[in-house]
Amino acid sequence: MLDRGADILCIQGLTKRFAVRRPWVMQALSRQPRPMVHAVEDVSLAIGRGTTFALVGESGCGKSTIARCIAGILTPTAGTMTFMAADIMARTGGRDPRRRHLQMIFQDPYASLNPRWRVGRIIAEPIVTHRLISGRSRIEARIAELLTLVGLAPQDARKYPHQFSGGQRQRISIARALASEPDFLICDEPTSALDVSVQAQILNLMRRLQAKLGLSYLLISHNLAVVAHMADRVGVMYLGRLVEWGAAQDVLERPQHPYTRMLLDAVPDVGTRRERPQPFKGEVPSSINPPSGCAFHPRCPLAEARCARERPHPVAVGAGWVACHAVEKSVLS
Amino acid sequence: MADPVLSVRNLRIEIATRRGTLLAVDDASFEIAEGEVLGVVGESGAGKSITGGAIIGLLEPPLRHVGGEIRLAGRRIDDLAAEPMRLLRGRHIGAVFQDPLTSLNPLMTVGRQLMQTMSAHLDLSPREARTRAARLLAEVGLPAAQERLDSYPHELSGGMRQRVVLALAFCCEPQLIIADEPTTALDVSVQAQVIEVLRRMCRERGTAVMLITHDMGVIAEIADRIAVMYGGRIVEIGRAEAILHAPAHPYTRGLMACIPSMHRRYRDLPQIEGSMPRLDAIPSGCAFHPRCPSRLPRCDRERPVLAPAGATQSACWLTAACDQMQDIVAAAGHA
Repeated sequence: MLDRGADILCIQGLTKRFAVRRPWVMQALSRQPRPMVHAVEDVSLAIGRGTTFALVGESGCGKSTIARCIAGILTPTAGTMTFMAADIMARTGGRDPRRRHLQMIFQDPYASLNPRWRVGRIIAEPIVTHRLISGRSRIEARIAELLTLVGLAPQDARKYPHQFSGGQRQRISIARALASEPDFLICDEPTSALDVSVQAQILNLMRRLQAKLGLSYLLISHNLAVVAHMADRVGVMYLGRLVEWGAAQDVLERPQHPYTRMLLDAVPDVGTRRERPQPFKGEVPSSINPPSGCAFHPRCPLAEARCARERPHPVAVGAGWVACHAVEKSVLS
Repeated sequence: MADPVLSVRNLRIEIATRRGTLLAVDDASFEIAEGEVLGVVGESGAGKSITGGAIIGLLEPPLRHVGGEIRLAGRRIDDLAAEPMRLLRGRHIGAVFQDPLTSLNPLMTVGRQLMQTMSAHLDLSPREARTRAARLLAEVGLPAAQERLDSYPHELSGGMRQRVVLALAFCCEPQLIIADEPTTALDVSVQAQVIEVLRRMCRERGTAVMLITHDMGVIAEIADRIAVMYGGRIVEIGRAEAILHAPAHPYTRGLMACIPSMHRRYRDLPQIEGSMPRLDAIPSGCAFHPRCPSRLPRCDRERPVLAPAGATQSACWLTAACDQMQDIVAAAGHA
């Protein structure tokens, strides 16, 4: 495990459930409590300073919910969060001043920038809100510095978001995130809306900024090749739970959990052209009624009777952790 | 030799705007043989979906087909009137689009949609149509196909819906399928299943497929040949292995290099500077020249045409020069 003192963010037992909204007549007639979506269940993870932790999984597995809980957009149902050695959940609503050091980059650079604000104002907002710099000319100098840092020109501050391409807009949202001088960036699918040639530019920019400013990243992505390129550590999620986590190289090159193996098999890769093994059956089940025991057992080729009854607990395998009965058995024997 | 299933010659499509007309597809030519999968790749704005739309006759103003010809099994189809084109669509050309929820009718059961399409084009009794619909659903891998006939699209998951769309596309045994980003809205595990179904159905039937996607991984899985589009033009076309592993055009090379792969490790990804030009600002000469790392003096003045370059056809002055050079060297060797 990582040195505790070096962790910038530490999450323990994070759980987030949503009540499903139904028309009130249906709710009254059903005479049952509201169904709950188990978006995130009992997730614990630690992210080391200056490193990248990637969460991977298919849509609906809860990876964006974790990002939103950490960013304070959602309030977790249960769990604790330690950021820069302080409990940031303790204050009501999680509105802790330390959250300034924790910023977020969103997937869609078209929806995440105010179309009626000039770029300069968009980037200045966090600076003004947190009173980081005062004086108009000094704020303008800072905006110019931030724009240069992300590869845009200082003159771009006078333009509106619609005058930029998707990749340039993502650079603007990175500049906005950097404006509050953060230590930690949550990047939720930062390149999924971009073309591949632009994706490479943004990924390279993110790596350069990490080296230059000592940033730590939580990267959410469904693209395993992007994760392999960026991440130091990887967590694989299935139906709201972490099923496997460890060093990126271990997880991606020697996957243990059957679900991780399935994901890696399913990724079409430009580098290898092959007849794939029989693709896995089925789809991700609903997180309103997740399967009993191990949530993956209905799709798992290694499933036994026990998997439907008992939920597997994470066990250490090498330097990583895996929650799977079959893996546990093979480790013990 | 038999006619290719699809032959597109010098296709030009314009977009009429208030500030004048723009060329969305500029002089595109390609063919697809029976049972062949042609992957059309490019970044957004390259004109790949518009090319697909022109073939199925679904261009709407402001898009306008202004030149070139499209032939299906030797018969010209780009000048057909609306009604004959409608009869052709569905019968001889099937289509699969990105979002299965919008390509299915939400108020009609899956079975009725299939039966309606078949009875519009084929002479089948309702009973035959129903049997055939159930068989098709089983073939695309829908569990409990017989019962699923009476399901509505909202009762199915995303992957199941896309399977139904595939069944719809194949239900009249078309000669050609246009698949426009068929797996983009799906998760990777489901994407793999849908690609598998598409590949199996085409192989069994000998259907020609034009697969439009921005995902090189998907293309690598299924395409026999690949056409790379940039700024409305085809810049390189050739066998899939050649394009993937030995591309000639600098754009294709840059594109292939900048895709992160599970099997390569870089400090920095190789990157192409800049982004795809907007249609109102297509550069002169070769559209790629402002971003090209190996441009020549003539690249901003003269437009290159597709010419043999190694194992592919490439529209590039550099690869044309290299190819000529090789010819000269070979000739000198013989002499």
